Amino acid sequence: MAGVLTFTDRGIYCPAGDFYIDPWRPVARALITHGHSDHARPGIGRYLATEGTAPVLRHRLGDDARIETIAYGETRRIGDADVSFHPAGHVPGSAQIRVAVAGEVWVASGDYKTVDDGLSEAFEPVRCHAFISECTFGLPIFKWTPQEQLAQQINGWWAANAAEGRASILGAYALGKAQRLMRTVDAGIGPLLTVTAVENTNAVLRAQGITLPGTQPITEDVSAKSHPGALIIATPGSTTQNWARRFPGAATAFASGWMTLRGVRRRRGIDRGFVVSDHADWAGLNAAIKATGAEKVFVTHGYTSAFQRWLCEQGHDAHVVSTDYSGDDGEDAT
Amino acid sequence: MKDFAALFARIDESTKTNVKLAALADYLGRATPQDRLWTIALFTGRRPKRAVTATRLRQWAAEVARLPEWLFEDSYHVVGDLAETISLVLPAPREPRDQSLSHWIATVKALATLDEAARKSAVIAAWDSLATQERFLFNKLLTGGFRMGVSARLMTRALAISTGQDVAVLTHKLMGNWTPETTSWEALIEADDPTAVLSRPYPFYLAHPVENPADLGAPAGWHAERKWDGIRGQFIRRGGGHHIWSRSEELMTDRFPELAQLADFLPDGTVMDGEILAFAAGAPLGFNALQKRIGLKKVSAKALREAPVIFMAYDLLEAGGADLRQEPFDARRARLEAVLAEVPPDAPLRLSREVAFDSWAALAAVRHESRSHNVEGLMIKRRASPYLAGRRRGDWWKWKVDPLTVDAVMIYAQSGSGRRANLFTDFTFAVWHGDDLVPFAKAYSGLTDAEFREITAWVRRNTLQRFGPVRQVTPAHVFEIAFEGIQASSRHKSGVALRFPRMLRWRRDKPVAEANTLADLNEMLALYG
Ligand SMILES: [Zn+2]
Ligand SMILES: [Zn+2]
Repeated sequence: MAGVLTFTDRGIYCPAGDFYIDPWRPVARALITHGHSDHARPGIGRYLATEGTAPVLRHRLGDDARIETIAYGETRRIGDADVSFHPAGHVPGSAQIRVAVAGEVWVASGDYKTVDDGLSEAFEPVRCHAFISECTFGLPIFKWTPQEQLAQQINGWWAANAAEGRASILGAYALGKAQRLMRTVDAGIGPLLTVTAVENTNAVLRAQGITLPGTQPITEDVSAKSHPGALIIATPGSTTQNWARRFPGAATAFASGWMTLRGVRRRRGIDRGFVVSDHADWAGLNAAIKATGAEKVFVTHGYTSAFQRWLCEQGHDAHVVSTDYSGDDGEDAT
Repeated sequence: MKDFAALFARIDESTKTNVKLAALADYLGRATPQDRLWTIALFTGRRPKRAVTATRLRQWAAEVARLPEWLFEDSYHVVGDLAETISLVLPAPREPRDQSLSHWIATVKALATLDEAARKSAVIAAWDSLATQERFLFNKLLTGGFRMGVSARLMTRALAISTGQDVAVLTHKLMGNWTPETTSWEALIEADDPTAVLSRPYPFYLAHPVENPADLGAPAGWHAERKWDGIRGQFIRRGGGHHIWSRSEELMTDRFPELAQLADFLPDGTVMDGEILAFAAGAPLGFNALQKRIGLKKVSAKALREAPVIFMAYDLLEAGGADLRQEPFDARRARLEAVLAEVPPDAPLRLSREVAFDSWAALAAVRHESRSHNVEGLMIKRRASPYLAGRRRGDWWKWKVDPLTVDAVMIYAQSGSGRRANLFTDFTFAVWHGDDLVPFAKAYSGLTDAEFREITAWVRRNTLQRFGPVRQVTPAHVFEIAFEGIQASSRHKSGVALRFPRMLRWRRDKPVAEANTLADLNEMLALYG
């Protein structure tokens, strides 16, 4: 039986519809799960994405990119395939892509998380025969801090720094994590500042109707003096830029699932690590896979060998698929 | 334990010395005397003995977490630390309780008296009452592996802040063979003149590496000698007995029974700084010989015969019971020579001879032949310098010999653990043998984070085969591997074993075909093995 979806060196391919899902090389037609750079690459003929993902795609790929949109749950026929997009809970607009061909249903998860972050459309399990699941954090050592406790931790850290007269720099990925953190923290503690990459993404999301607390971009005239006790939401690479010098003695923290690991926290050379991720933790992955009812599971993106073996022992027909998503090392590792 | 866990977190996560110092001083000011004493003990390496085997802990943790053992092991590989792995996989505690650090240490110690079943339920009950971070610390106590990123020096500075005592006085008080069971906060820290100081060594003075000694100025102000490749130690002759301390403040007197006779030749109140070396026929045997011997719990007659040790003395810190550390190096050295002159020549004690030189170029030539003398290079000491405590820049320099190097092909990659869990950092390297690539070394350090990220992405796309966590990759990249020594080994396919191999640089300019061969390695073995 030829699969509804197949795995090629360009990405996940659907022969019946002649399209790719999140390809990593230029192809004619691609369905995009979400706007992170390892899933949505430039140079593709036609893109199809959710209405919530399209603005970020346009922002990243420019006006020339040909981007069509689809609503969550809407079914569209492409060739002999019926495709629909369903919330993945990863970032605003993120989707799992369901592909049905002649009664057989496959779902490609993209990146997902099962906990409701209060920002992204909440994950919805989709019943299917075969499920292609990410497993960035597919080991039982990964358990996310509950949202409420996380809020306490970050607010406590920020407030303590502010009381000592220090700024707080919190590192996070520009799309998704940054906005989630803005909505998590207590803006009453002090001013909320953003670096350019974050503020640009904020503008895109605000324009599509997502409510975010008021933020002040770090322009030339913004410093520790002008905004005492500020919390700065910064992208990982930006903390070595010039603006950081205007906040001497600032406390630094990083928000990522990798912060679970003491060694990774120490390698970052930061003062604090907050365990928060837009990927599913161990319990989330297991629950999501169970909820699909899939007989066949393909795992990508992370601790694939261990997770595949675990799934097989749980009675699934599980396989490892090699992909080019950088989720387990690159920028998505935030 | 919550307070202690909070202290640990602040110290562990901060990169700023002043933050660590403040956290420690603050904690020491608030904790109970017993917790304070245990904290100092833990931070200075005086940890309770391992109470449960690692094997049992893994089994119990896997059982409580309902995980197959292989998955626990895979997780452990990623985390890189057993105590941390256990603390992460266990379910949340059902009965959280806050007990003191001393309470948990007493719990750990009490395990020794229990049978296996009772031990297991005690450990599981403890897990069930501790939060993740506290659990991690409890597990560290259980496995006897408690270490933290705080130097003894920083610990002592914090103690000085919280007690108002002088750093040097405290450093001396904290050395030696005490444990919280054999002393009290009062006796150890508060008491004025501890009488039981007879065995205590002085804090070691540590050298800094030097790249270009010509920067040090005129050679006349400097004394040079070999950098011996053994175990740095202090030989202490006091109160009618003798003690040998390693640089890591470990008491090693019984490890080296042949050095006991030195007590007969040295006057009471003598302390020497030097190197313990495996030594025969007038020359060092190399570190390998010594290492084999230190590995043994009890020194066998065979080890005594095959790797006899001597004490290679290079400094005199105490004579006639008087502390000489403030005297200039040259003066201490003269007194050391006088002391050694009284010792029979066949005793296992030698003077580390001065290497005379009148120009840095001449000294460079001496350094160049270090490897054939089984030494690591040269030590350069300022003639006028006092003996300082710890690693202080300026007076003592080590000028190590350049490492040996080969160009090798990367053939396997494995992800790192702990701080490098999400990168491929552990590589196996091979050299050519005819048309085959023969693995000969593993290395995991020497690249920048950016290079590790680049190679990680490459490994992911160029995996030929997986063996558990190990990936066989296309032979495509050549690295220059540096190492300190080479010896024959029947346990390795290549027939050689390297000492401290690491990646010196990524040779992007070199095609795979131009990597070194097994014949090249054998030639090095013949020269330096
Ligand atoms: Zn993503
Ligand atoms: Zn991803």
